[in-house]
Amino acid sequence: MKIAVCVKQVPDATVHKRIDPATKRLDRSGEATLNPTDLNAVEEALRIKEAQGGEVVLVSLGPEKAVDSLRKALAMGADRAVLVTDEAAVGSDLLGSTRALAGALEREAADLVLFGQSSGDGDGAVLWAAVAERLRRPVISQVASLSAEGGTVTGKRQTEHGYDVISAPLPAIVAVSDAINEPRYPSLKGIMGAKTKPQETLSLSDVGVDPGDAGEAGAKTVVLGLGPPPSRGDQVRIEDDGSAAQKVLELVVERKLL
Amino acid sequence: MRSLVFLEHYHGALEKGGLGVLGKAASLGDALGVVLGEDAASVAASAGAFGAARVYACEAPELASPLPQPRVDALATLVEQVSPDVVLFAASVLSADVASALAARLDAGLNWDLTDLSVRDGELVGTRPALGDTVIADVAWTGGPKLGMVRAGSFDPVESGGNAEIETFETSFSDHSTLATLVEQSQEESSGPSIEDADIIVAGGRGLGSPDGFTMIEELAAALGGAVGATRAVVDAGWYPYSTQVGQTGKTVSPRLYIACGISGAIQHKVGMQGSGTIVAINKDPNAPIFDFCDIGVVGDLHQIVPKLTELVRSRG
Amino acid sequence: MARPIDFNPPFGAIDAVGVPSDPPEERIDVGVAIVGAGPGGLACAIRLGQLLEEYPDVRARLGDVPIAVLEKGKQAGSHLLSGAVMNPSPLRELFRGRLKTADFPTYGEVPGEAVYVLTRRSALRIPPPPTMRNHGNLILSVSELGRFLAEQAESVGAVVLPETAATKLLVQHGRVVGVRTGDRGRGRNGEALPSFEPGNDVVAGLTVLAEGTQGYLTAGAIDQFGLRGENPQIWALGVKEVWRVRKPLRKIIHTMGWPLRTSPSFGEFGGSFIYPMGDELVTVGFVAGLETSDVEFSVHDVLQEFKTHRLVWKILGGGERVAWGAKTITEGGYHSIPRKLSAPGLLLVGEGAGLVNVPRLKGVHYAIESGRLAAEAAFRALQRGEVVSRVGALDSYDESLRASASWKELYEVRNMRQAFDKGFFAGGALASMMTVTKGRAPNGRLPTHPNAAASLKKTGRASRYPTPDGTYVFDKLSSVFASGNRTRDDQPNHLKVRRTVRRPVAEAWQWMCPAHVYEVGRDVGDGMVTVEITPSNCVQCGAITAKGGRLTPPEGGSGPEYTLT
Repeated sequence: MKIAVCVKQVPDATVHKRIDPATKRLDRSGEATLNPTDLNAVEEALRIKEAQGGEVVLVSLGPEKAVDSLRKALAMGADRAVLVTDEAAVGSDLLGSTRALAGALEREAADLVLFGQSSGDGDGAVLWAAVAERLRRPVISQVASLSAEGGTVTGKRQTEHGYDVISAPLPAIVAVSDAINEPRYPSLKGIMGAKTKPQETLSLSDVGVDPGDAGEAGAKTVVLGLGPPPSRGDQVRIEDDGSAAQKVLELVVERKLL
Repeated sequence: MRSLVFLEHYHGALEKGGLGVLGKAASLGDALGVVLGEDAASVAASAGAFGAARVYACEAPELASPLPQPRVDALATLVEQVSPDVVLFAASVLSADVASALAARLDAGLNWDLTDLSVRDGELVGTRPALGDTVIADVAWTGGPKLGMVRAGSFDPVESGGNAEIETFETSFSDHSTLATLVEQSQEESSGPSIEDADIIVAGGRGLGSPDGFTMIEELAAALGGAVGATRAVVDAGWYPYSTQVGQTGKTVSPRLYIACGISGAIQHKVGMQGSGTIVAINKDPNAPIFDFCDIGVVGDLHQIVPKLTELVRSRG
Repeated sequence: MARPIDFNPPFGAIDAVGVPSDPPEERIDVGVAIVGAGPGGLACAIRLGQLLEEYPDVRARLGDVPIAVLEKGKQAGSHLLSGAVMNPSPLRELFRGRLKTADFPTYGEVPGEAVYVLTRRSALRIPPPPTMRNHGNLILSVSELGRFLAEQAESVGAVVLPETAATKLLVQHGRVVGVRTGDRGRGRNGEALPSFEPGNDVVAGLTVLAEGTQGYLTAGAIDQFGLRGENPQIWALGVKEVWRVRKPLRKIIHTMGWPLRTSPSFGEFGGSFIYPMGDELVTVGFVAGLETSDVEFSVHDVLQEFKTHRLVWKILGGGERVAWGAKTITEGGYHSIPRKLSAPGLLLVGEGAGLVNVPRLKGVHYAIESGRLAAEAAFRALQRGEVVSRVGALDSYDESLRASASWKELYEVRNMRQAFDKGFFAGGALASMMTVTKGRAPNGRLPTHPNAAASLKKTGRASRYPTPDGTYVFDKLSSVFASGNRTRDDQPNHLKVRRTVRRPVAEAWQWMCPAHVYEVGRDVGDGMVTVEITPSNCVQCGAITAKGGRLTPPEGGSGPEYTLT
């Protein structure tokens, strides 16, 4: 089975953003990490490949440096990587990025396309459903356990109300949650071999996307401005003299929290 | 400004999230609702009380299962018929997929994780946190319709009374939309709210002194109708289960009320609960870091304060 | 009386040395294995790579992977921390004919320099003592330098393997034959988790240990091959922050005196550094020797105290902290350097080999110099067609190192640090005398006491520490987070300490550790308490090794993710 795993490089939240004094541009050197749940998706793909044979291809959209973060997934056992990188793609919104990804995925014609869902502190972007729409194939998201065989994929989808079990014929797109598995550590051999695995870079036109439909030019959303978050308001400090519990209750009731 | 609000329903009742967004949309202009699936028309009636001028309903059998793709077809059809300026969703597992695919279908901009909406110079402006809630961004759209997904819990439903006209509509479905099928729908047993859904959480840390300290935490939580949370330190020590761990390697929660008892406020814990509406901290150490970011800070002996608080809550009835 | 040294867990070669155990198809064969992607290890990799590019026939003898650099951090630089103001000559020599100074990732030459002696309310500027003149030196972040050098090493054919901890030195028939890497994916109690990946034997004809301040394998090698220097090693602990500031700082600053106490009975030796990093950033750090006898001595809190001085407030006030980190510095100097820096199949470079000049606060350039000389010695042996692990094949390394300018500098200041055992004023006089006489007087070796031998007492020092406010003065827990530490908190405990000790010892550990790893637990009678440990907070500074415990390499990829330190 051919499995494509869409992975994305994310800014490492713990690394402070700064301007590189030499280039005067944002220093991205601390940021070469994949979205953590992408590793769950890679792990799931590797398990399926180990059980049934096939190929695992990484597909990503990002700056040229993103190649570094693909290495970890290659070290885990993915077979090759495809990176769509283009100046014109910088600043793409959901529409532009999913166009580029869908273009790359069409080229690959995989049986199964996997995404990792961002966890809590990710920016909430939902790429897989838009990609599925562009590819005109079924999508199952929030999948906590998965089986793919005999031309069908079946996933246990976790919703607010419990688990649903959904089935779809391949080719299909599946977004997995971090509950699905524990990603393996790459072996030393894997790390050393990663560099020699095929890594292809493609431009927007290679994947059939007009530069005007991606990047800032093609974006339909815009950020007007950034500001500091509102302060939490004045803090109330109580030193207990026996009446603290009473005071807390009064405050909580006053704020309509009960 | 005309908004179409996607309203989800479960077991015959409209979900709070959608109703909250509906009320907000009504405050900014005309608000239309759309309900899809089994019993959509009868469920739709109650949306009038929450701000909808009209509600569209479609009960096609393809919409019976809670799957996103057929809903994209239905919404796309409706958008073409009704030409709203704005289409809004309250974030949920289902609506996230629907909104994203709809954006691709309509080639329309989608802003998500919105915590507020307003109109400036006649244009819709959204507000959303970014970079891990460390900054607030104002966002907008070019072209239309403008798609927005609102962060859960941002708007409370406002029952303003009123009736809405219900209009049913038909739609066709794309070939790919009906390929995924629901094999089994199961409902999870719940014994009290899980901490991710809870509106109120009472959490305990090492300041409790011993595992027995959790008895008083449980009692306060029960009195408040909330869930129990724990820090990594006490979970590691075996005092309470990992499923209740709040923090960096546990769960991220954002209840309306978070009461932290005997918790120092290490950053690894803070990142899991800093989004809470109101944070009450009870700790005997006045220098504990948690006092830097709570709303109500109580310096005192939690072994006295917590049981007393429980008693007072219970006697309130 | 309680002394941490009374609670040392046993440690010797037996812990850090072993034999290869993997079957042939599992083990990894490389030509040269270098442990540590710091300035020393990477300089060695770069120089060797350069030479092998020139001599492909020699390269061919090293197999498919001629040079492998093992790094336990997430990437090169993740665990590197220093001031730093560096003597540029060894770096220029390393890249002679290939790169210019402008190509190095530095913040330029030292623009100006000031030294102050502080009291609580004043700052007395004094002419920089001869040891503290930095004209022509370069300001840089050693973490950024590490990332740069790793790229350079890869460009000359070395393979850098991040998230790979070396946990055992492999010795067979009296020769070093490589290292064993650590397991990954073990749980709290050592059990294999679903993601478990066992370590490997990395087998190499030559192993270069460039582990830095807490050389675990280095300590094992010194024990195994009888390489101990005259004096035991001692350490200082440095804690630093990087700040985005409102206005540029245009000079480097060193201070002595306040908030350290001057009487020798307190054993507080150290000082601060404040360096500009370009126009927007400033790094401020405090370094203090770990022989302090006060239970409540905490370098992190002393740094916070130091920041409240008017001199520092004028620089940092209104700014924003963007990084924090902590690391020990080997302080024993010349007399603590191992008596030989090579053994069959083994070379020791950099700070792990004790090559640090404490009075000048310099070490990065020695690491680079020794790394380069090690590569050249190894290459000479290879070129001669030697089996590199033959006894004596690598002797030319020691010879070339002892003939170098670096060695001379270290010799000159060989007793300076120890002089400060006598207190700031007496020490200051002795130190000046030593510099003026270029190390010729006083003669003889001043004794070095292992840090952990100091008896502990309480003097109320903690009452002087400022209260954290989250914007200017910071607590340890939020600082750990600012170091980028996201260590998995269900890993096995990598810190070897006795779990039941005398109360003052536990309290001393609680205060000493900048990452709040140790806490006083329960009373168990007889003046003894348990010690609570939170290993996932650990930023691997190594202070515990100096004070009665031992830091061992945790799972690869854990610990801090320094980028600006």
